[in-house]
Amino acid sequence: MLLLVLLLLPLIGALVVAPMKENQRLARLVALGFALVELVLTAVTWLSYSVADAASGTRFQLELSVPWIPAFGTRFALGIDGIALVMLALIAVLVPIVMAFSWEEKLPEGRTRSGYFGLLLATQGLLVGVFAATDVFLFYVFFEAMLIPMYFMIGRFGGPRRQYAAVKFFLYSLLGGLIMLASVIGLFVASGEQFGQGTFTWTDLQRMAASLPESTQIWLFLGFFVAFAIKAPLVPFHTWLPDAGAEAPVGAGVLLVGVLDKVGTFGFLRYCLPLFPLASQRLAPLVLILAVIGILYGALLAVGQTDMKRFVAYTSIAHFGFIALGIFAFSTQAFAGSALYMVNHGLSTGMLFIVVGLLIARGGSRLVTDYGGVSKPAPLLAGAFLVAGLSSLAMPGTNSFVSEFLVLVGSYPREPVYTILATVGIVLAALYVLWMYQRTMQGPVRGAAVLGALERGGPGTMLDPGVAAKRDGSGFPDLSKREIAVLTPLIVLIIVLGFFPGPVLDVINPSVVATMNEVGLSDPVGGLSR
Amino acid sequence: MNAVFAQATELPSVEAATGMASLAWLLFALPALGALVLFVAGRRANAWGHWLGVLTVVASFVVGLLIFLETLQLDPAQRTRELSLYDWVAVAGLNVHYGLRIDPLSLTFVLLITGVGALIHIYSVGYMSHDPGRRRFFAQLNLFIAAMLLLVLGNNFVMLYLGWEGVGLASYLLIGFYQDRPSAATAAKKAFLMNRVGDVGLAIAIFVLWSQLGTLQYDAVFERIGQVSTPALVAITLLLLLGACGKSGQFPLQSWLPDAMEGPTPVSALIHAATMVTAGVFLIARTSPIYNLTETGRLIVMLVGVITLLIGAIIGCAYDDIKKVLAYSTVSQIGYMILAVGLGPVGYALGIAHLLAHGFFKAGLFLGAGSVMHAMHDEVDMRRFGGLARYMPITFVTFGLGYLALIGFPGLSGYFTKDEIIVAAFTAPGWQGWVFGLAAALAAGLTAFYMTRLMLMTFFGEKRWKDLRTAEGEEYHPHESPAVMTGPMIVLAIGSVFAGFLLTNNHVLATWLAPSVGEQAEPAHAALSHTEVTILTLVLAALGVLAAYLLVGRRPTPVERPEPVSLPVQAARRDLYANAINETLIARPGTWLSRALVYVDNRGVDGLVNGTAALLGGSSGRLRRLQTGFVRSYALSMLAGSVLVVAALLAVRFA
Repeated sequence: MLLLVLLLLPLIGALVVAPMKENQRLARLVALGFALVELVLTAVTWLSYSVADAASGTRFQLELSVPWIPAFGTRFALGIDGIALVMLALIAVLVPIVMAFSWEEKLPEGRTRSGYFGLLLATQGLLVGVFAATDVFLFYVFFEAMLIPMYFMIGRFGGPRRQYAAVKFFLYSLLGGLIMLASVIGLFVASGEQFGQGTFTWTDLQRMAASLPESTQIWLFLGFFVAFAIKAPLVPFHTWLPDAGAEAPVGAGVLLVGVLDKVGTFGFLRYCLPLFPLASQRLAPLVLILAVIGILYGALLAVGQTDMKRFVAYTSIAHFGFIALGIFAFSTQAFAGSALYMVNHGLSTGMLFIVVGLLIARGGSRLVTDYGGVSKPAPLLAGAFLVAGLSSLAMPGTNSFVSEFLVLVGSYPREPVYTILATVGIVLAALYVLWMYQRTMQGPVRGAAVLGALERGGPGTMLDPGVAAKRDGSGFPDLSKREIAVLTPLIVLIIVLGFFPGPVLDVINPSVVATMNEVGLSDPVGGLSR
Repeated sequence: MNAVFAQATELPSVEAATGMASLAWLLFALPALGALVLFVAGRRANAWGHWLGVLTVVASFVVGLLIFLETLQLDPAQRTRELSLYDWVAVAGLNVHYGLRIDPLSLTFVLLITGVGALIHIYSVGYMSHDPGRRRFFAQLNLFIAAMLLLVLGNNFVMLYLGWEGVGLASYLLIGFYQDRPSAATAAKKAFLMNRVGDVGLAIAIFVLWSQLGTLQYDAVFERIGQVSTPALVAITLLLLLGACGKSGQFPLQSWLPDAMEGPTPVSALIHAATMVTAGVFLIARTSPIYNLTETGRLIVMLVGVITLLIGAIIGCAYDDIKKVLAYSTVSQIGYMILAVGLGPVGYALGIAHLLAHGFFKAGLFLGAGSVMHAMHDEVDMRRFGGLARYMPITFVTFGLGYLALIGFPGLSGYFTKDEIIVAAFTAPGWQGWVFGLAAALAAGLTAFYMTRLMLMTFFGEKRWKDLRTAEGEEYHPHESPAVMTGPMIVLAIGSVFAGFLLTNNHVLATWLAPSVGEQAEPAHAALSHTEVTILTLVLAALGVLAAYLLVGRRPTPVERPEPVSLPVQAARRDLYANAINETLIARPGTWLSRALVYVDNRGVDGLVNGTAALLGGSSGRLRRLQTGFVRSYALSMLAGSVLVVAALLAVRFA
């Protein structure tokens, strides 16, 4: 029941908030209230989840299952394992933060905050559904449905090229979804042959995996894989993300890159590997090559970006490469690293997006060259940028280090060559982060956006590069109290999870062990446990 | 021969930490807390922040001293103790402890880091007194101390990596401390990047160790390292060496260290001379059970050391910037230490002894340089100095003692530590003894030359600054620095004088370190005897001093740098083209590659995919129509998709 509440509460919230056009201030309060109650309930869910049960073999917990369309054998079935649980926690943490960020954000002409916050809540509810579904058809439905609020957020609340970006996002996702639908139906047909009666129930389908011929597995695997490779974009399926990430409003961008894209990597772990173990191993070299290309290609493109939001998107492509590497390297450490990476990347990239958003709100431009020397007028903002950047480059002491280390150390025994290539990516990560920091934050105060804001005493979109410098910083304010409140929980999580990843790893561990069993492989390195 | 040059190490038993040692976490927790308070409190801490910074490091030093004294009471066999605080990263068979190893090697470093660290914190109170960013400075300096202590105290390779990159971050922040200077920002980024290249080596070494041994804890790794095949072993040592090269400014990753002088001078003294840059030496000493097993690995370590000590000494002769001369001197001196630890059981203790002595005199020299700069409006060009001895007597005397210690004046520190390394280098087997020994001796002569040149240009001769103005158009008024600055300089000068003798007399340090790096081995043979080498080194050093006197001391120094100069001088002024090579081979092609990929990604990949999508959808115009009537199209697409599905299923069925 708890999961059903987690699923429905934000959807109800969306229905309540969206029509409150008359009272915008009340609407945002109500929306935040729903998000905070959801956060509390997610905490309750976390406490209700038993790591001991998971370790002793319970695949899903807090299950709920009712027949849905009996003719097709579909069930409305919810349940979570450790990986789904940490993803639910990530969503619950990010949504209130995103709302607090967008509290006073300037929206496009004619758009209302009630509409925007309603869409945020709708996205949240559907995302809960995607991660909690244990019926493959139900998963597919949520997978497609979550596109809709995101499409509207990008298309209605986004930047100048929002229409183009929204359609591109939608088409890519839709194409992937349809190919996946083919495989979903294929699974149903195959299970019908196996059991006499077709089913969409995940646990039944997983039991069938052992007897599914490899050729069939490969076809069905590819259907899921393409959908997931578009969602958590692997090169060459990635080009929609920079456009969508750049044009989406910052809050939607955080949810898009931070959570929604993780459905792809989550899908690899939950669907591709356990349902098609033979195909996963057979096609792993292909995925590993794409993953490593993604790490290096994404990083090199991030280095060369001139648009700060596109920059964040390309860094994410590199990070998704690491996650995919860990998933297709087949070891408990690499799996755990990838699962943890999904959470950590949500926090670090979410924060990076938000900080970039704060910068853009002040300067009125997304171009890197319009900024420079921001650490002078806004030292706290620069510090926050650095923290997010350090987390992005997997600095030890931040959350991301633990996950990146686990991915690489876990991948090396089976895939030394790919792991070494991926490790080279950490130099590029340092380069793109620190170079961006240098260009925007360090050096003398410069750039049309900074100087313009300083001159006019406030942000704007009309930039005149010729404006004279007024270097007292009055027009380019440092973080406000609200903005500090938005960033503080992220900074705390980034650092605390860097030193104490234990609570999250404990939840993830039994589930990745189960996944290893479902794949049917044992760890290449047993380890001494000391 | 093999008995000495490739052998398993006798390992000490590891005890659980008790007594004072169970409080070892305070060592890094105190400065970490200091950093946290200073960062979070912000401007509110401006008035007292620097004293908090000093206090935490002094407290940390006291804790370290108490643990040290307690350890001295123990039997040498029981001096290796571990303190596991909690499980940091634990997945299946991998369990990385957040744990500390408290043994003679780590305690030696703890005392160096907190001792010199405390002195430099105190000095900085004076040096940074006029800087509006002083609180931030102390926060970052405290962060550095905490990270450096983690580096040396960790009891596994991941803790090492945490400290390793942690000091890299602190170094990055402090090199770029003057944020509005583009040169400082560039130097900081360069330092971090070149360090990360080294870190890749360290990281891959960790992966190899895990895949070979299934553990990353030092004690278990050292216990099992004998099982590893020779190729893997050599690979591990070379990868660790790459890490050492990055952090310690060794060839081919040396060129970031001189640029790091963009940071405030106390940073140069503490991080880029006395402590952080010696981490590579620590790494090799710490993993001595691995290096002991491979002669090939150690040969390459020695080669790197020798190449670097020559590079540093040669370039040091050509620079006019006082800090850059000292920086290249550091590069060169760490080359000596790397050479020493590359010698294996013969050299570990020698390398550490020189590291400690160097910690005193090089920190002292940098603080002296800082004192000069403080007096000269932050001027660093020695051509604009001259005759400062009379104006800054304390600085002159303390700097002079550091100078004598560095060039190996008999009786002072360098004589006992650096010259011993040269003696030991002659004991390397076969051709190595001659090549490494002579190179090290030659560099000692060069060291004497560049340091004498520096002394003469700074403290002696005519007062060239008399007729000059600063960049802001002010006159120079050299004066002695306040007591809060000269105090630490005096302490370090005393250390420079006596440390070498005290550490090497009666093999005190070697005996103390034995539980960590093994008993100091007696060399099997020597190309030249101890006396012969001592005489050779002293003669070369005297020649270096003489040459400097003839070239610099006897004639007036032009204020402008003479051009053109001979080819070797040109090459040395350009860092032996290290930056040009990096620029040509890596930076420029990298930039082009990045730009080309951005172009391709925007046109090529996107165009291809858009084109395909358009082809599938019939025309791009129809795609655009989706914006308006997408629901209907969605249904249509779904239908099309379902047809595809059925077709695919039929295909599979009949396949």
